[in-house]
Amino acid sequence: MTESAIREAIFKGLKKIAPEVNPGDLAPGENLREALDIDSFDFLNLLIGFHDSLGVDIPESDYGKLTTLDAMVSYLSQRVT
Amino acid sequence: MAEYTMPSLGADMEEGTVIEWNIKPGDHVRRGDIIGVVRTEKADVDMEVWEDAVVDRILAKPGETLPVGAVLAIFRGETEAKQPAPPPSEAKPAAPEEVEHIHASPLAQRIAKELGLDLNRIHGTGPHGAITQADVENAAKAGEKPAPEKAPPTAAAEAGLPERTAADVQAGMRRAIAAAMARSNREIPHYYLETRINMDRALRFLEAENQKRSVHDRLLIAVVLIKAVAKALNEVPELNGYWKDDRLQPQESIHIGLAISLRQGGLVIPAIHDADTKSLDELMQAMSDLITRARTGRLRTSELTDGTITITHLGDLGVETVYGVIYPPQVALIGFGRIIDSPWAENGMLGIRPVLTATIAGDHRATDGHRGAQFLTTLNRLLQEPEKL
Repeated sequence: MTESAIREAIFKGLKKIAPEVNPGDLAPGENLREALDIDSFDFLNLLIGFHDSLGVDIPESDYGKLTTLDAMVSYLSQRVT
Repeated sequence: MAEYTMPSLGADMEEGTVIEWNIKPGDHVRRGDIIGVVRTEKADVDMEVWEDAVVDRILAKPGETLPVGAVLAIFRGETEAKQPAPPPSEAKPAAPEEVEHIHASPLAQRIAKELGLDLNRIHGTGPHGAITQADVENAAKAGEKPAPEKAPPTAAAEAGLPERTAADVQAGMRRAIAAAMARSNREIPHYYLETRINMDRALRFLEAENQKRSVHDRLLIAVVLIKAVAKALNEVPELNGYWKDDRLQPQESIHIGLAISLRQGGLVIPAIHDADTKSLDELMQAMSDLITRARTGRLRTSELTDGTITITHLGDLGVETVYGVIYPPQVALIGFGRIIDSPWAENGMLGIRPVLTATIAGDHRATDGHRGAQFLTTLNRLLQEPEKL
């Protein structure tokens, strides 16, 4: 899967949580949860979406590696088959 | 005969507007069925029935705004004889025309309407050929085409009500919150207590639990806190109840209201019923369902009327301590802040622990600080043995 496809999957998940936001406007290094006001419940649902759409099961211990858009793309790119 | 009245969906509600009915005279309804929608300042809320019955009369027309307690409809027991026909002005059935001669449960009618399916084209498998929820869902899966109509008018439009803009909803939300919170501060002499809780064991328990689970089944710390609060209330029941008629009225059932913030601003406080008897998995499921429906405007009347205490959890933000405002007629509100790694002295040793500040806002008419302190002590003890929750 290409990086742009992964980015698209992330944007789709983020739009579901924050439909009023254009994820494309996010700075690559911006803290996603703070910028989009994503709470624990929304974050878990985002990860469930990644599991279902990309087949990646993210352990709780890796949550800290998913703080920014760039970090999320990088993390998922390494794990998507 | 039983009267179905305009429900009071919280301290902030004085009146509501009937948006739509999913029933008509003669319909059989089951406990928990959604029979219509009522609009409050905050949201459109599904109206439920509390027992199996037959619809005798519908008195409130869609579009009518009525005070809390006004009779909206009359139900009769399934074995009761039908009453004489009411005067025509009162007996206007409000069910949509297209389903008037079709036997379908109210829920099935509603789902079909939402999916744009024509009930005439769905085969009913219920009693006497009635169309059930499952029939509608099966028809949807089988690709039953939506009814060949233009986009149907919304229920509000059908009721002659103007569509609310986001600004209208936001303004109504603020008015409702203002009314409830002003009443709380005016009437309730609050006292506040707080305690710092070492969450090391609770977090390790949660981590171990979640390692065993797929992402779909993971638990959030919020459900551990909800369960601990519910169990603590079993030991300090005076905090679980209402102040009504100048006296404390403790409630046997523990229905935990959750303050849920909405993206567009404002908050709602639906309740998880019988939280003390639910497992952590059941609480997670109930909380997920409640948050999802709160944020999509699909809450039910019972969820907004039954809360016996409220939890405000602002742990996702940087807030360390929450001093809440009690939601009347409840008599306590529990606040949780963020879990923060902090210096912690234990057995003469100083270390770093994940620490949560828990607060209680108590109604001093109902309880004293002593009870509040007992509650926080109990809560702390329970969170040190998370595996027993």
